[in-house]
Amino acid sequence: MKKSPFHFLTYVLVIGAYAALQVLQARGGLSSSLRGMLVPICAYVVMAVSLNLTVGVLGELSLGHAGFMSVGAFLGTSTAIALQDAVPVPAVRLTIALIVAALFAAIAGFLIGIPVLRLNGDYLAIVTLAFGEIIKAIFNNLYLGVDGKGVHISLLEDTTRTAETGRLIIQGPMGIGGIQKISTFTAGFILIMISLIVIFNLVNSRAGRAIMAIRDNHIAAQSVGVNIIKYKMMAFVTSAALAGSAGALFAMNYSTVVANKFDFNTSILILVFVVLGGLGNMLGSIIAAAVLTILPEALRPIAEYRMLLYAVLLIVMMLTANHPFVRAFFNRFRQTGRLRLEADGDEEREAV
Amino acid sequence: MNFIIQFVNSLTSGGGAYQFLNHILNGISLGSVYAIIALGYTMVYGIAKMLNFAHGDVIMVGAYVCFYTFGALRLPGPLAPLLAVCAAAAVCTLLGVTIEKLAYKPLRSAPSLAVLITAIGVSYFLQNAALLLWSSSPKVFPNFFVLRTVDASGETAVLRSIQFGSLSISFVTIVTIVSCIVIMLALTWFTGRTKMGKAMRACSEDKAAAQLMGIDVNATISLTFAIGSGLAAIAGALLCSAYPNLVPTTGSMPGIKAFTAAVFGGIGSIPGAFLGGLLLGVLEIFAKAYISVQLSDAVVFAVLIIVLLVKPTGLLGRTIREKV
Repeated sequence: MKKSPFHFLTYVLVIGAYAALQVLQARGGLSSSLRGMLVPICAYVVMAVSLNLTVGVLGELSLGHAGFMSVGAFLGTSTAIALQDAVPVPAVRLTIALIVAALFAAIAGFLIGIPVLRLNGDYLAIVTLAFGEIIKAIFNNLYLGVDGKGVHISLLEDTTRTAETGRLIIQGPMGIGGIQKISTFTAGFILIMISLIVIFNLVNSRAGRAIMAIRDNHIAAQSVGVNIIKYKMMAFVTSAALAGSAGALFAMNYSTVVANKFDFNTSILILVFVVLGGLGNMLGSIIAAAVLTILPEALRPIAEYRMLLYAVLLIVMMLTANHPFVRAFFNRFRQTGRLRLEADGDEEREAV
Repeated sequence: MNFIIQFVNSLTSGGGAYQFLNHILNGISLGSVYAIIALGYTMVYGIAKMLNFAHGDVIMVGAYVCFYTFGALRLPGPLAPLLAVCAAAAVCTLLGVTIEKLAYKPLRSAPSLAVLITAIGVSYFLQNAALLLWSSSPKVFPNFFVLRTVDASGETAVLRSIQFGSLSISFVTIVTIVSCIVIMLALTWFTGRTKMGKAMRACSEDKAAAQLMGIDVNATISLTFAIGSGLAAIAGALLCSAYPNLVPTTGSMPGIKAFTAAVFGGIGSIPGAFLGGLLLGVLEIFAKAYISVQLSDAVVFAVLIIVLLVKPTGLLGRTIREKV
């Protein structure tokens, strides 16, 4: 597959949006609530594109993506807090924290991937859901303290015996408190760009073609010598690592973070971004994540009805997008390249 | 391995044995509720091949309808709870069929993820509608299953459980277990023996072929949703009788657990949903009693993962061989 102009367009639009928002912000054209949402939007965009790698490109439904976000949020933020004195420059500390978060989430993704990727379809989905819940339960009961003697960890009760001079960072159900808000919009923008570069390069590579071959027909892919577990793992771990750094970015925008923030509903929310944006369509994911994060805020004037309206909009959007007439209309544009695969996938599902 | 030692100790000491029996009973009772919900999940999955995430919220609607009808009726004896449950089942059946007609039917030929997201939209809708209608303040669900006795001195005593030595079994537990078994048997009979049931199985095997045989596929799918939602209402009443805290999100966690139970037993299989529900309930109560209350969900899900690794299509699921 030759390099799609679509990828280029995505880069241009993301950079353009960043520049426009920076100009607006400098001129004071953004309301304070919108300014506060810039970093979460960036985090959700990264979550959406990383989940799109699993769901759209690899073709496996994951219902536990928030679990990786949680791993990144807790371990990345802990790293940042532990390094507070050693690394005084916030930008450097944030970078280290994001990298550590990505590493730990990648390890979690690898460990979870071993059992998960042997399953198929809905069974795979339920196991990712299960892992998401397990990660939530663990972080809800984890105590992690750092002092001069090193790192202390305990489960269920605080038996870490962290020295007075040290600090108990993760406090079980209370999560992490007193976080320095070092996440910035620019950092979020850079993370989005890195995610896009990683994903687009992966999709355009030999490995990416192998991954999409597995999605389209795993038996055919296997028969031409594609190592299924290896390539599935590659996509899954990349997706987990990006989600981990998004989690760290998200957490360090607030002063406290608790495990219950990253529950099943968050996983579902991100899945909604991916499906509404279009499977395998990164630009779609970005737009859906940004619009749907702002939407409940924009609907605030009708306060109590806003979530109801959000639900109705979600249903209506899905019904319209899948209306035979609308589908036929869009199918005329689906004759080339990447989108073609998606249309074929649909037909295949109908045929079964 | 502390908990194993604790477990063995509790079994060997006298009081522990009763406690152990009690945990089993509580587990089966909770498992019965999961099983009833999972039956609805698995039937809908079997026929419509979709994960109906709104199922958990139908439970919640059922519980609310039951709560308000019971409050409004003020009848003596067992009539009021019975009528309340019937009303809840009727409303939920109607709700289930309506949801299917409006939200899922237009998506029959759409990709499965689109249907999944629509189901999530319906779930949000029901939760938020409940929030507006009935507010977020928790309602204390009445315990239906009490026996009022008047003793010699003319004082009324309210009996909630039967005593067998030092083992006490609450009426809710008994009613829940019995209704689950009755529902399970009725469904097995229905899908195996009746014409509608056979049509249902035919549709889940192959919709196009079923249509060619003169089966009204749309009516059959509606019927499946009707049965599933009716069961959800009953499950809601039973669940809230045992755990009487009713809020608009009451249904979501049991919904997820029941979904897990359905997959555990092999999704699409009716005996599988029953077995999966019971095992999940017993596991959860045991994990709470002998390991840790906070980590009980994690333990349950870990067991699920192990089972699926050994048997990738669930306990009683059919292995479908893939053809190229």
